[in-house]
Amino acid sequence: MEDVFSHFDLVLKAFWLTVQLAFLSGVAALVLGTALAAMRVGPIAVLRWVAATYVTLVRNTPLLVMCVFVFFAAPNVGLLTGTPFLIKGTIAVSLYTAPFVAESLRSGVNAVPLGQAEAARAIGMTFGQNMRHVVLPQAFRASVPPLASTLIAMTKNTSVVAVFGLAEATFRMRYFVNRNADDTMLIFVIFAIGYIVLVELISLGAVGLERRWKAAR
Amino acid sequence: MRLNRLKVAAAAVLVASTLAACGDAGNDDDKGIEVDVKTDAASQFDEGTRMRELADDGNIKIGVKYDQPGIGFKGATDDAPAGFDPEMGKVLAASLGIAPEDITWVETISANRESFLQKGEVDLVIASYSITDERKQVVGQAGPYYVTGQQLLVKSDSKIASLDDVKGTEVCSVTGSTSLDNIEKAGATPRGFDTYSECVDQVLNGSVDAMTTDGAILLGYAAEHPDELKVVVDPFSEERYGVGYSLDHPEMCQWIEDTIKAAQDDGDWAKAFEVTLGKSGVDTPEPPAMDPCA
Repeated sequence: MEDVFSHFDLVLKAFWLTVQLAFLSGVAALVLGTALAAMRVGPIAVLRWVAATYVTLVRNTPLLVMCVFVFFAAPNVGLLTGTPFLIKGTIAVSLYTAPFVAESLRSGVNAVPLGQAEAARAIGMTFGQNMRHVVLPQAFRASVPPLASTLIAMTKNTSVVAVFGLAEATFRMRYFVNRNADDTMLIFVIFAIGYIVLVELISLGAVGLERRWKAAR
Repeated sequence: MRLNRLKVAAAAVLVASTLAACGDAGNDDDKGIEVDVKTDAASQFDEGTRMRELADDGNIKIGVKYDQPGIGFKGATDDAPAGFDPEMGKVLAASLGIAPEDITWVETISANRESFLQKGEVDLVIASYSITDERKQVVGQAGPYYVTGQQLLVKSDSKIASLDDVKGTEVCSVTGSTSLDNIEKAGATPRGFDTYSECVDQVLNGSVDAMTTDGAILLGYAAEHPDELKVVVDPFSEERYGVGYSLDHPEMCQWIEDTIKAAQDDGDWAKAFEVTLGKSGVDTPEPPAMDPCA
């Protein structure tokens, strides 16, 4: 216990890495997921097919397997060897999370009444304009709760990289547990609280967004 | 190597460990040293000792590592584990009149060595088993039969030559090991992985600058890739490998130490080293002096 508090800088550093990982992965996953969702609802058959295949393949693969690909398989064939571990972690987590983002958004897109898109097309908007100005703003609004869930799951999923060389929160938890075998419960609790705080920030952000966008409706 | 239970449990569960490359240890070209199996060994031990029982049975169960090349390694198609630890096991068994093929090898991992000894699942543990005061509370440990220490495994063309050079570099080891903590204190960025083979892969493909753990384990990996890898830096910790036995049979300590001392004196110890850890090109060290049995 004293060990944890006398080395609290290590705990904070570990959670800071978790925050960095979650933030970078979240941004990357939102961008990639939005692109995938647009491809899936778009008019081009090839892109629809590519996006659907990606979603099927990646969503049905455990994150651990994705990490094995990024951290072991890719470097063994000469890819990503010079890439910093933080970026490798971001790649693995965001590639894995993107299909969940895409599907959350797609449910939002489907919630936008068809007449809206038809009306936009009728006044001559291209598919891109249609998505940007009419469909996606409404779709995001409807997708906030599932997107928040996806991002929360993603934040907790970053713990998987603890066994792939990144000294983030879960890695540090195991470090302390190893050194203080008689205090395991308390150490688990401390780190669990850390995760809860991080995740609660996302929840609060989502609630805020919902409230704001509700007023605009 | 002190690994926590959580780590081992995670290691067992993680797919990663099964996907990690296993290397090509367990060569068929040499089967280790020829041991001189004693005939009529049972009569040399007093009635009622564990050695007498084992000699009468003609069978002994020895726990070794199956995943540490050079120390104790058993490939999927190998009949018996190979390495310095199994060689020591053969020497000990031979003194009881038990031929190598009559030894029952049992895989022990870091986390189950004490319990296997206490429950009698194995008679001896020879599994890169560092002698520590904590362990001596629950099991007997005779030796050391080999002394190693934490070192670094780097690529042959690496610039790392001393412990000071690791500052600012990325060094991997097994998550939860004391080696990883030590290298972090030396100023390196620790990269924890679940198994040693994953960590070696990271060195080989250039993702990290070095790997650190007991020199003996590193030598085994260097022996697998003699052209690509080398072991550097003088040992900066001391790990004294001992033979584990059950505290129910304290008389085993003297027998273990006498037998290994004899092997050190007649050159079997050195030969065992040459055909296992010595394959990395390192010189055979002086055999360590053993602690007196209590």
